[in-house]
Amino acid sequence: MITEDDRREIEAAAARVPVRRAAAVEALQVIQKRNGWVSDEDLRAAAGLVGMTVTELDGLASFYSMIFRKPVGRHVILFCDSICCWIQGYEKIVDGLCSRLGIRPGETDREGRFTLLPSPCLGACDHAPAMMVDGDLHGDLTPEGIEAILERYK
Amino acid sequence: MERPLTQNIRPGEEPLDLKGYEAAGGYRAARKALLSMAPQDVTALVKASGLRGRGGAGFPTGQKWEFLPMGPDAPRPKYLCCNADEMEPGTFKDRLLMEGDPHQLVEALILTAYAVQAEVCYVFVRWAYAKSARLLEKAVAEAVEAGLAGRNILGTGFNLDIRVHSSAGRYMCGEETGLLNALEGRRASPRAKPPFPPVSGLFGKPTLVDNVETLCSVPHIVNNGADWFRRLSLTGEGGTKIYGMSGRVKRPGAWELPLGTRVREILEVHAGGMKEGYAFRALLPGGASTDFQVELDVDLDFTHEPLVGSRLGTGTSIVLDDRTCPVGFVLNIERFMARESCGWCTPCWSGLAWIVKTLEAIEQGQGRPEDLEILDRHVRDLAPGHTFCALAPGAVEPLGSALRLFREDFERHIKEGRCPWK
Repeated sequence: MITEDDRREIEAAAARVPVRRAAAVEALQVIQKRNGWVSDEDLRAAAGLVGMTVTELDGLASFYSMIFRKPVGRHVILFCDSICCWIQGYEKIVDGLCSRLGIRPGETDREGRFTLLPSPCLGACDHAPAMMVDGDLHGDLTPEGIEAILERYK
Repeated sequence: MERPLTQNIRPGEEPLDLKGYEAAGGYRAARKALLSMAPQDVTALVKASGLRGRGGAGFPTGQKWEFLPMGPDAPRPKYLCCNADEMEPGTFKDRLLMEGDPHQLVEALILTAYAVQAEVCYVFVRWAYAKSARLLEKAVAEAVEAGLAGRNILGTGFNLDIRVHSSAGRYMCGEETGLLNALEGRRASPRAKPPFPPVSGLFGKPTLVDNVETLCSVPHIVNNGADWFRRLSLTGEGGTKIYGMSGRVKRPGAWELPLGTRVREILEVHAGGMKEGYAFRALLPGGASTDFQVELDVDLDFTHEPLVGSRLGTGTSIVLDDRTCPVGFVLNIERFMARESCGWCTPCWSGLAWIVKTLEAIEQGQGRPEDLEILDRHVRDLAPGHTFCALAPGAVEPLGSALRLFREDFERHIKEGRCPWK
């Protein structure tokens, strides 16, 4: 359920732009920040606030890779699968993450702690292979070093 | 050697705050321009400096600024959009500038907005650069507090509202008109041109879109003049460039060097040469959307790169070594491009998917001889002129050049029915 705080924040964003729909991405981000993802119910409420139809807003939400339309774990791991990380063997890192968490890319582990997702180039090519966990950048990854990083996210 | 763009950047340290930036000579250019120069004089100065876009396309900056209507009858408000959606694979230069010296960019925005008389500025930052967004928001707040941004700047009557927009993540948002659609709450599909954004851009108003690195040169041009800027480069094109290099080199990184620095110097001196056990084979000089080149003795700039069949692009190179499969290398890039295609133009969404399937088959040892002709045809069909934006033409630059330079490697995959590197 969309909260009063969400509503206020979205209203404020919509008041700053010439057309309300220009606040659509911010509205989705407000909801996701609170809830981790954007449910159908919240999307419907947000569509009304930014003056879009539900279909239009869903079309926008699903266009972006960083708006989640399905539940995610408490922490989201985004591993870079672009060229520089590929040269440096990101696949070994992903294999390590998959076997450690018992999931494949696109899935959430059983405890709901981690969701593992691929990401385009993170702009950390000088520290490849790289990944982000909840917005923290981790570079120069090795299969052996993964456990220590995951331990920081409970 | 002068390094104006990175002079205040100390790796591992917090960037300068307003006080520190001013103590280092910051906001001198903004004061000079707003208090003693007409807006058109700033544009003329930037034009005379020879500054060209650092985002990949290389359009002459001052000339673009001149396209915006000026004077009392110009539509209002005009917009300035700073393209900080750095998502070109292999590129990590704008991050350095935003995290290292956010006030330099804020000063650049004030100067640029003043030159074209824009009243609202959006800094379009990609989601992965949350730190950049945070530092920029802080710098903007400090500048507003000090009367350098916001309403009635320095008592001149000039207003500039600077807003930081964090994107929800799509490569297409970095395309000039895709960025504008994204800010309007639409999918980041490209727009038909003309009209070009300086005439009809964000919300249908005149809009200037420039890359972070391009804009960061502006305060230094205003402070030191056009001749000084031209002399910074080795080949007369003006300015410095944040060059970068990654792949199996000893010291991957980014360095501010004179524009026109030789590729060999970047590889051998700054990146420390190839890692032990690896030999240089080729490189993409300016991000994933540029052609492979094998030549190292080339001035990495706008004029000399085309002579070896490539282009400056973003100026951040990706090195292909002798122990990495060129087919796998190109497949990785085409997968990125196919995934990030916005789906607007058929040659792009359909063609890139077909390219990926064909390359996958070759890499997995199931390629057929005619596959190379299919790939050649895609390189021609996705060339400029068939799509609304540059994503597809950029995507086939590494493919077309790989088919030319490494044809034997492709043929070996097909003949042997396997990837020889595995």
